[in-house]
Amino acid sequence: MAAERVPPARAAGHTRLRFEGVLALAGLALCWQIASYFFPPFLFPSIPAIAERFAGIFVHAAPLGDALATAGRILLGLAGSFVLGSLLALLMGRSDTFHRYAYPLLNFNQGIPALSWVVVSIIWFRGIEFRIFFIMVMTTLPGFSFQLLDAYRAMSKDLLEMTLSFRPTRLDLLRTLVLPTVVPGILTAWKVNLGNAARVVVVAELVGATGGVGYELLQQQQLFDMAGAIAWTIVLVVFVLVVQRVLTLIERRQLRYRPLAERGS
Amino acid sequence: MSEAPAIVFDAVDKRFPRSEAAEDFYAVRALSFAVAAGELVAILGPTGCGKSTTFNLIAGLIRPSSGRVRVAGHDPYDEFDWFRGKIGIVFQNDRLMPWRSALDNVALGLELNKVAREERVAIARAWLERLGLKGHEADYPFALSGGMRQRVSIARAFAIKPAILLGDEPFSGLDAVTGDTLRREFVDLVRETRCTGIFITHSIDEALQLGRRVLVFRRPARIIYQARLGPDTPAAERERIRSDILHALGGTVATKEEP
Ligand SMILES: Nc1ncnc2c1ncn2[C@@H]1O[C@H](COP(=O)(O)OP(=O)(O)O)[C@@H](O)[C@H]1O
Ligand SMILES: [Mg+2]
Repeated sequence: MAAERVPPARAAGHTRLRFEGVLALAGLALCWQIASYFFPPFLFPSIPAIAERFAGIFVHAAPLGDALATAGRILLGLAGSFVLGSLLALLMGRSDTFHRYAYPLLNFNQGIPALSWVVVSIIWFRGIEFRIFFIMVMTTLPGFSFQLLDAYRAMSKDLLEMTLSFRPTRLDLLRTLVLPTVVPGILTAWKVNLGNAARVVVVAELVGATGGVGYELLQQQQLFDMAGAIAWTIVLVVFVLVVQRVLTLIERRQLRYRPLAERGS
Repeated sequence: MSEAPAIVFDAVDKRFPRSEAAEDFYAVRALSFAVAAGELVAILGPTGCGKSTTFNLIAGLIRPSSGRVRVAGHDPYDEFDWFRGKIGIVFQNDRLMPWRSALDNVALGLELNKVAREERVAIARAWLERLGLKGHEADYPFALSGGMRQRVSIARAFAIKPAILLGDEPFSGLDAVTGDTLRREFVDLVRETRCTGIFITHSIDEALQLGRRVLVFRRPARIIYQARLGPDTPAAERERIRSDILHALGGTVATKEEP
């Protein structure tokens, strides 16, 4: 009576959704292309022109380096924020006192715009990469901390008692119960924060980066180059989508123990 | 530890603070009893009389407010690590880890006891087979029925060869037929493995079936009646014990399993 991993109804719904997504994007591109016939290229460059710029980013070493630099900054920032956020979440989960001090600070932080961190990091730090890292961590930290704390808090008391009855070591308890409990929360946190990080990174790159998508976007703005601006934006969007996809695959693998409803809601 | 009593309660109180009232709430009050090694004891009492609290005290999941709890001569709360591999528990709900297969759930205790991988897989496999779940090793809990899940949790408790086996109403969450079958198998297993067993129940039938001694509790947990019985206790004697229990409880528990 092993349940099917992916019931047919769900699988069909998934492909249909993807087909519709492609259709919607094609429609948008078509509208843009039509607009390009009526407006000058600096307002609505043609789709082939944008595609050419987009392709150009990947064939030349310098712009490809820019794209990779930004990707690296996003992933590094998220990794740093994840590590620090996990630590804060664990401390908040285990100590009420710590929670009472840390929670308001994180909450306060949530209201600070990315641009404020840009200003602060420029004044405080010299190294450009460190400035960006700092901004990325500060802006995505509350998200990671709160989501991981929620996941930790959702741990089943029943399972905790059951596991404790076997007298695990602290490390074994973490490995066999806490970690599997928070895995879904970790994946969700990464997905949510990835989008945030992609938006923040271009702002962070204004701290004087001499490369990266944010830097390139600034160049295009100064040149009034709409095709270039869109091409660089698409690079960032594609990066986010690819990483999302990877996270979804990991999620599907990790959460295969969860029953799927045959009938979607 | 053949001579020393397996479980000793000495004037044990367990209080829970109540948010509104000035006084704490006594779930267990001045409870004293001893269970010999190898003995099978059923604790019977109405819902809310403190059975699970007593159970959690034995399991070392909570600490007594006053008095002394000793299991195999050790303090189950403070000497946390000493009890590794010694206590097996079957709870009312199966408490399986949803992310582990049936096999890995059974192997959990062995894994925490640092038993090598091949060995624990072999042991877990044998226990699943013993409980009629051959072929379901790789199934996740969601794919198993309630009865099958409880079988997995029983296998998990027995797999570590515990010296002490505790059951907190292990069959009350199941339908009558499933519960009955499983109870019979369970009784056989407990006798076979010769562990000390404490089983909590609110059913007189179950208590008489599982226990060599029946302790009847009343709120806050204290013993108001106890009786010994064995496989060769005559039917008339059983009936007398049953009516004594009913009398002691003043009709607060059901005689038969609910249909
Ligand atoms: N953690 C707790 N905090 C407060 N009260 C509790 C707690 N655990 C149990 N109680 C109370 O103690 C009493 C006995 O509970 P319990 O031992 O679960 O009874 P039983 O298992 O016999 O049904 C109940 O009135 C319950 O509300
Ligand atoms: Mg109970």
